[in-house]
Amino acid sequence: MLFAALFYVAGITLAGGLVYRISDYLRTPAPLKIPTTPAPTTSGGVVLRMTREVLLFESLFKGSLWTWAFAVLFHGGLALVLMRHLRYFTQPVWSWVDLAQPFGIYAGFVMAIGLVGLWGRRFLVDRIRYISTPSDHLMLALLLMIALSGLSMKFLDHTDIIGVKAFFLGLEHFDPQPLPASPLLYLHLSLVATLMIIFPFSKLLHAPGVFFSPSRNQPDNPREHRHLSSWAAKLESES
Amino acid sequence: MATEITAPPYRVIPIIPAIKPGAMEGLKPFVANDKIQEALGFPGGLVEDWKDRAIAKMGDLLKKYRSLKVYLDACVHCGACSDKCHYFIGTQDPKNMPVARQDLMRSVYRRYFTLPGKLFPKLVGARELTKEVLDEWYSYYHQCSECRRCSVFCPYGIDTAEITMAAREILDSVGYGQKYSNEIIGKVNTIGNNLGLPGPALEDTLAGLEEDVKEDTGIDVRFPLDVKGAEVLLITPSADFFAEPHIDSLIGYAKVFHAAGISWTLSSMSSEAGNFGLFIGNYEQMRKIALRIRQAALELGVKRIVVGECGHAWRVAYSFWNTLTGIGDGAEDRFALQLQKQLDQRYRQPAHICELTWDLIEKQAITLDPEANDNLIVTFHDSCNVARGSRMGEMAGGQFEIPRSIIRAAANHFVDMSDATTREKTFCCGGGGGLLTDDLMDLRVKGALPRMEALKEVADRDGVNFMATICAICKTQFSKVLPYYGFNMRMVGGVHQLVSNAIRLGDKE
Ligand code: HEM
Ligand code: SF4
Ligand code: SF4
Repeated sequence: MLFAALFYVAGITLAGGLVYRISDYLRTPAPLKIPTTPAPTTSGGVVLRMTREVLLFESLFKGSLWTWAFAVLFHGGLALVLMRHLRYFTQPVWSWVDLAQPFGIYAGFVMAIGLVGLWGRRFLVDRIRYISTPSDHLMLALLLMIALSGLSMKFLDHTDIIGVKAFFLGLEHFDPQPLPASPLLYLHLSLVATLMIIFPFSKLLHAPGVFFSPSRNQPDNPREHRHLSSWAAKLESES
Repeated sequence: MATEITAPPYRVIPIIPAIKPGAMEGLKPFVANDKIQEALGFPGGLVEDWKDRAIAKMGDLLKKYRSLKVYLDACVHCGACSDKCHYFIGTQDPKNMPVARQDLMRSVYRRYFTLPGKLFPKLVGARELTKEVLDEWYSYYHQCSECRRCSVFCPYGIDTAEITMAAREILDSVGYGQKYSNEIIGKVNTIGNNLGLPGPALEDTLAGLEEDVKEDTGIDVRFPLDVKGAEVLLITPSADFFAEPHIDSLIGYAKVFHAAGISWTLSSMSSEAGNFGLFIGNYEQMRKIALRIRQAALELGVKRIVVGECGHAWRVAYSFWNTLTGIGDGAEDRFALQLQKQLDQRYRQPAHICELTWDLIEKQAITLDPEANDNLIVTFHDSCNVARGSRMGEMAGGQFEIPRSIIRAAANHFVDMSDATTREKTFCCGGGGGLLTDDLMDLRVKGALPRMEALKEVADRDGVNFMATICAICKTQFSKVLPYYGFNMRMVGGVHQLVSNAIRLGDKE
């Protein structure tokens, strides 16, 4: 029951926090045209640029090959793992989730390798050691522990997956079911809930943030289209 | 000491330098006095309640600028930007890594504006805004030339320039402004240009230029001032009127207009393309300076507005003029509407002088004899504000192709510098963003290192002996720092200086 409450709290914090952040970003105007050029001149081009940033990490690729490689391993692995986890929340399981299943199992390792690589840089590269804060390390530790506790349930100490699924389906239908007793599972789920709770307060905001970055999401067409924010328009009527 | 700096060794494989904490600590450009500050409506000196006011200003900016808010939230400390700044490469001071420069403000943002920073400051690297922190801001936010190179490589496009501008805006608002930039803005507001060159002096200079060109070529090339009804209003950086090598480009523009038979004029009221309002991140000042140009265009009744060789001026003109003054399409106030009716909409408004010259070359309305520059092996330095904050022509990337096309038409020998240092990845000259002042000479020389290395490579390999550029700040900066690296200061010049050498003047009927 404790876990049911925890997950309700975590779910609400995550969703509420993200809605608040995103609406805050939406409300805040970008008064000037500041795309990093050369930039697409049309909104269709911007969609492509953003897609390349989100799926391929295009800029990071230009910036640092090592970081890019580990980042792709980690995020790619994470994406597959998340897809695979959908099977615990859906009944019947969506067919594309079944397709991801065989990859999803190994994606956990890929994700962990990516995390270890990213973490290693924080010790080995003097510039990155300099900028790392304790929270940067803790974030990686948290994710790595989530990955490792998850993998151990898969490969070391099997958990009653049917029971886990019943627990989550119960949450969805506001009909809490008991969670199978397993220390590893408790650990895994508390860590995940922690991650959900800190998400909207931390640098994990990079995930929604990237879509709101003016240097990436503005088309380069200032001569053709006037761009005026609400507060700047006020200056106009004053003079 | 600046005078001890010599050309660094030529790195075959550019190794990222190790960090040297504190290398540039305490560097501090002259602080603006009360007269300079008050002329812009800022407090004369550091106010007593600076801390509360600074935090309040920060809150205000966070509501006004999405860039600031998203950039302060989104950074994951991945370090992709950490070796991309010329000031870091040149000084090795870790606080000149773009992410560390941002963190100087981010740490304060976290402390006052985020929950974890309020609850667990140590954990997330949050800190109080103390006088030491404020001094550190003043120092390191004046070691950033707002060149946007870091934003190219950041996975979220985080542009440290936006943070630097916000920091300078906050510093100004508590009475802690920089002398160089703020003094110059005062001069534009009162006299009309950054140099404080009054109308009559400008008239004299232009008359002198007409004589010089006549002596040189035997042809009457005009340098008109305040001519009502001219077709083109040329807005150019005031350094073009008297500084070397800038003046040779001004002669180049005049020859282009002459050869193409386009009537043009300068304005004494608005004789400055530069807009230092950008550098201090102040929207109102930037707008005020831009409005002078609109006023001049209206008074002179011109059909086209053309901008001379100046990097940040072109960014402001291309990216911001329409927003600030309604020079392009879409504005609705009375003056903007009048201007839109007056301007010839068949042309790009505003246009860069390179766009104008290249159009004329393509249409064969002017003829260039590239042999005239056969003594030169030319390379091109992309200026940061043009490269990463603007465009020329119709295609993305036109800002790289058009100047190079003009150079190829004006000279037979052209070589590009290393790919890692040109186009969108170009390195700042080291003097941009309001840092082109003698009190920052040491920083300027060090910051030029990556560009000088790339130049050394083509000078040794291909015999390059001329670096063309289209920015007044780049020209001044390189003239100053080239000798520190063992080059001749005359090695730098404008693209229109090459055009000036090569253009045929006589054959216009
Ligand atoms: C739109 C979705 C996302 C995009 C485009 C994205 C992109 C990136 C990029 C480019 C980096 C920098 C490279 C690196 O250090 O790995 C990064 C870092 C990171 N991302 Fe994401 N990400 C996304 C979603 C997520 C999610 C959902 C999480 C976690 C739950 C996450 C966790 C992290 C962490 C912890 C880091 C920092 C790694 C380090 O400390 O070095 N990201 N992300
Ligand atoms: S904008 Fe340019 S000068 Fe400023 S931190 Fe980024 S790379 Fe360095
Ligand atoms: S590249 Fe961007 S996200 Fe990475 S450290 Fe630099 S500013 Fe932060």
